[in-house]
Amino acid sequence: MVNLREIKGRINSTKSTKQITKAMQMVSSSKLRRAEQNAKAYVPYMEKIQDVVGAIASGTKDSGHPMLTARPVKKTAYLVIGSDRGLAGAYNSSILRQVQRTIDERHKSKDEYVILAVGRVVRDYFVKRDHYVISDVVGLPDQPSFADIKEIARKAVGMFTDGTYDELYMYYNHFVSAIASEVTEKKLLPLTDLAPASSNASYEFEPSGEAILEVLLPQYAESLVYGALLDGKASEHASRMTAMKNATDNASDLISDLSLQYNRARQAAITQEITEIVGGAAALE
Amino acid sequence: MKTVLVNIVTPDGPVYDSEVSMVIAKTTSGEIGVLAGHIPMVAPLAIGAVKLKKENGSTELIALSGGFIEVRPEKISILAPSAEIAESIDVKRAKEAVKRAEGRLQGKQDNIDFKRADLALKRALNRINVHEGNI
Repeated sequence: MVNLREIKGRINSTKSTKQITKAMQMVSSSKLRRAEQNAKAYVPYMEKIQDVVGAIASGTKDSGHPMLTARPVKKTAYLVIGSDRGLAGAYNSSILRQVQRTIDERHKSKDEYVILAVGRVVRDYFVKRDHYVISDVVGLPDQPSFADIKEIARKAVGMFTDGTYDELYMYYNHFVSAIASEVTEKKLLPLTDLAPASSNASYEFEPSGEAILEVLLPQYAESLVYGALLDGKASEHASRMTAMKNATDNASDLISDLSLQYNRARQAAITQEITEIVGGAAALE
Repeated sequence: MKTVLVNIVTPDGPVYDSEVSMVIAKTTSGEIGVLAGHIPMVAPLAIGAVKLKKENGSTELIALSGGFIEVRPEKISILAPSAEIAESIDVKRAKEAVKRAEGRLQGKQDNIDFKRADLALKRALNRINVHEGNI
């Protein structure tokens, strides 16, 4: 005989869990909307800067700017963008798995690469496995502004320029839709695959093409990082929303199963009581 | 007078988008004035204000924290890490930032901090100046 009280207790606790997951789902969905807006607001800036950088870089061939030239790779850096908190489904694990696999394939020893981590989960993962985490950012707000990530973007670019590493890859979850995201690898530095400019306007440079590249390229690289971060944030909220939706649905299923069990047990108890009474009465006659 | 379309874009979204008759911006190598029909040009900007002269004679000021200007005959784009229209500047915040930066500059620390505080001070002063319109 199943204990009635026990089932009742489980139903109640599942109900309160469901309330929490439901609330988290709603919070995430509103955050997702905001994140999507942010990502959208950013598109014109990105397109513009890409356009101009492409135009200048193709206009000043062989500028020899350090950020544009590939050099022999002694050390590789991986910038991994994840989240601070869990409960986001496979958001972090899929990206970490991908990075780990890539590292295992490309490198033999731990001296050959460094990690730049964005998000607590990412940092803890790599620190725990004794990878060299050269720089990390945790505690980013849900709607990060450009100023929030300037620090790490500048550091990432700076360490490339001063030769700490010779190439920089960026990993983040690209936001596809509310239910799908895909792990994306992007080679950030050196900037070898600049898209040629769509417009063939030949610019006058004031004071000179090199001087502009000097200012523009770091800004460009920083903006790529920021773009990836916004993209990552959107998919973080999306995958948290999906995970919480699944949890809520599961809780509902569980509750209905348990209610069924509870009612059966209750009915069985009543039936038994009646049988006992009838049996008792029959025995008296 | 002929006008030219100006848009100012930051990572946090577009800030300004309108027709003006003249743009005066502070580049790293000095101030430039740009009219409609200018040849294509790109120049990095210093921390400072961009002045937008409208067709009706009024002027608008926008505080910029660096970035660059891209000029085409029919369109001028300014890309900056941050940009604020004079009226929407939070002066109180800027004044606090000035105090903070000055405090940091006085307490002598290592080189990088000094440079950053100096830049922060410049940005904050620029905001205040733009807001008060004395450019």
